[in-house]
Amino acid sequence: MSRLCVGSSHAYKVRISIKTALGNQAYVWNDNEMYLFRAAMAFALRSYHNGQEFNVSNIMVCNETPRVSFWFVVSSPENSSVLLKKGDVENAIRKSRNRINGAFLLTDQTLEFIDIPPTLAAPVMPVTPPWLIVFGVVMGAVGAGIIFLLVSSLVQSKRKKNKKTLDEDREDMRGIENGLGCDNLGGVYNTTFSDGDKFTPM
Amino acid sequence: MGSSVEERPKWDNKIQYLLTCIGFAVGIGNVWRFPYLCQIYGGGAFLIPYLIALVFEGLPLLYLEMAIGQRLRLGSIGAWNSISPFLGGVGIASMIVSLLICLFYNTIMAWILWYFFHSFQNPLPWTQCPLNENRTGYNAECEKSTPVNYFWYRETLNITRSIDDSGSLQWGLVICLASAWCVLYICFIKGIESIGKAVYVTTTFPYLVLTIFLVRGLTLPGATDGLVYLFTPDWDILMNPQVWLDAATQIFFSLSVAFGGLIAFASYNDEKNNCERDAVLVGIINSATSLYASIPIFSILGFKANNAYNACLQGNILDLTNEFDISDQNITTENYDDWLAYLNRTFPDKLARVVLTPCDLEKFLDQSASGTGLAFIAFTEAVISMPGSQVWAILFFIMLFSLGLSSMFGNLEGVLTPIRDLKLVPKWIPSSVFTGIACLMCFLIALIFTQGSGNYWVEVFNSYVGSVPLLIIAVFEVIGVIYIRGMKTFSDDILFMNGRRPNIYWKICWWFISPVMLVVVFIAYVVIQIQKHPVYPAWNPDYEEFPDTETVPYPNWVFAIIILLSSVPVIPIPLVAIYRLIRREMRRSSTSGDLTPHCNDGLEVENFQQMSQST
Repeated sequence: MSRLCVGSSHAYKVRISIKTALGNQAYVWNDNEMYLFRAAMAFALRSYHNGQEFNVSNIMVCNETPRVSFWFVVSSPENSSVLLKKGDVENAIRKSRNRINGAFLLTDQTLEFIDIPPTLAAPVMPVTPPWLIVFGVVMGAVGAGIIFLLVSSLVQSKRKKNKKTLDEDREDMRGIENGLGCDNLGGVYNTTFSDGDKFTPM
Repeated sequence: MGSSVEERPKWDNKIQYLLTCIGFAVGIGNVWRFPYLCQIYGGGAFLIPYLIALVFEGLPLLYLEMAIGQRLRLGSIGAWNSISPFLGGVGIASMIVSLLICLFYNTIMAWILWYFFHSFQNPLPWTQCPLNENRTGYNAECEKSTPVNYFWYRETLNITRSIDDSGSLQWGLVICLASAWCVLYICFIKGIESIGKAVYVTTTFPYLVLTIFLVRGLTLPGATDGLVYLFTPDWDILMNPQVWLDAATQIFFSLSVAFGGLIAFASYNDEKNNCERDAVLVGIINSATSLYASIPIFSILGFKANNAYNACLQGNILDLTNEFDISDQNITTENYDDWLAYLNRTFPDKLARVVLTPCDLEKFLDQSASGTGLAFIAFTEAVISMPGSQVWAILFFIMLFSLGLSSMFGNLEGVLTPIRDLKLVPKWIPSSVFTGIACLMCFLIALIFTQGSGNYWVEVFNSYVGSVPLLIIAVFEVIGVIYIRGMKTFSDDILFMNGRRPNIYWKICWWFISPVMLVVVFIAYVVIQIQKHPVYPAWNPDYEEFPDTETVPYPNWVFAIIILLSSVPVIPIPLVAIYRLIRREMRRSSTSGDLTPHCNDGLEVENFQQMSQST
């Protein structure tokens, strides 16, 4: 079986990095894990080619290294000396990539099929960008504060003006009580300082 | 009495005044400019020129401004008119500079708000590249540079290739700019009543955040590398005159003198207030804050460099592991060198085929950044690797916003107080409406900074408005107070306010050391600037060495605008002097037809001074 695998042009290289993915909880790669891999490949091919019954025996592995990396080929269920073309294998793997990754607790980066680039996950875009929500909250609070402060200062200044006119009436009364208004004091209006006012720029 | 003389507003208490001045002096530059200068100028050694500049240039200027404002109780234009009618132009110059700085400074606040709003997402938007159109890979521009760079240059600024190309208004930035102006307005709405309350938060909050970051930063791996690199003194650098120039300019701009804002704030004080103590306090706290801020900043940058170094090593390790089919994780960062030596002995030609990137921790530490590069690129990248990134990003941007907001108070105050003192505003407009109109107009003008080329324009304004004009204004301030008003009169003012005359240190600094230092700094600045045609870094995706920025010379029309920006603020100084001189000559030589017998020329100037002092 492994004769078909070695040096075949239809073979794919697989590279697995368990310690990088799992750290302390890494499992050891042994023959049982390899069997699981072959079974996962068979599953992927079965789901892609509906009807064809692939078996573990159809998946042949060779050139295993301590890295953990190896090559594999897939033979057709009808004729075990005919190998499946690369394109078919690639599509099958692409379709079930998540399931294969999940079986080994690995990711696209730690379970690599050389020459099969992983499909990129589209970033999740919520309907309303979250930043607009935050902006709306902040601006709403600031805008409400501005309106509140403006209105309250307007109300205050109106109240002060009413109070002032009341006071002025009282003062006019006071002036007249004494019998002397400021205008009625008599004397000559001193023009020296009034001209000074005009000529003195601010 | 029914008189219409308004009482000048006052601070509620001394703390408000101090916090406002400290907030004005302590700004974003303390966080993103000082640590950078410290690093490139030999770490601990930079503190020497910095402290010398503080003692001989910063503190005297600060004291001078606060004393003048407190004594004359007027904003910058009124104050300089009081000292001498020929110096009225100095006040106008301060006002123009403050106005120009308001415009671009609030744009930086808009950028900070943008990042703040975007920090409420998981994952942070600058962690990943977006996909390209046909979903086959990541966006090309993002791939070549980094996601953080892409988010800043493309998604935030949508920057154009050069300053010639204006691009379009970025609506996201427009609404952030509107928010920044609204937040500023709500703090200004009741004048110093509302500012005085706002500064309790805006001035103290950054210290809280800096302390949190200090603790967090020091516990990160790689922090000590960053700190050691920052503070290791390189004494040879003191021979380089550029260091002294930069120390003097940094102190000067950091303390925010010559803006007119400090005069305005001091004018709302009691007359008998110890402004000497205030000035020394503000100056020392400003420098202490710079030092304090550089510790967390450099811890975090050290952490970032450490991460980059480890990532570089891991890349090499992966290449080696794959090439030689060694078991996963057998090569680690610790035994990397041993493995490399072993492989070189046993399989040298196979090793030569592997392309290894050279990993140098010093090179990563050297990637220093200042200004927007520090906040929006270096720091945001570091934050991604910290657990709980959103919290750190939010805290950081709120801190920057507070720092900038308290500085904006001073900038805007330097514009509004002179206008109010000149009584240019009709009485029927309440002051809050007038402030609103001013903010609205500034916002509309500042929309030019939200275009595609906005960042380039901010750089232009930052480099040329906030430098030469301020130096010139400061020189005239010192000359005006010490030589025209007279050291004796000024000492009397201080005796009146503080209860004792200024001691010999202040006198020598004002009389001689500070003006000389300012003139030297000014001349050196101009000499360095005119030696080469000014250039700027442009973000050009088509550049061969992208993602490095392309160094492009400013086109001639921009160069003309630069000249205008540097000179228009200072033109009022000679113009007003000449105008007053001409008017005085004309009045002296005019015939008696104009003069009334009781209009005595000799009394005119004194009347003028009395009138303006009593308002």
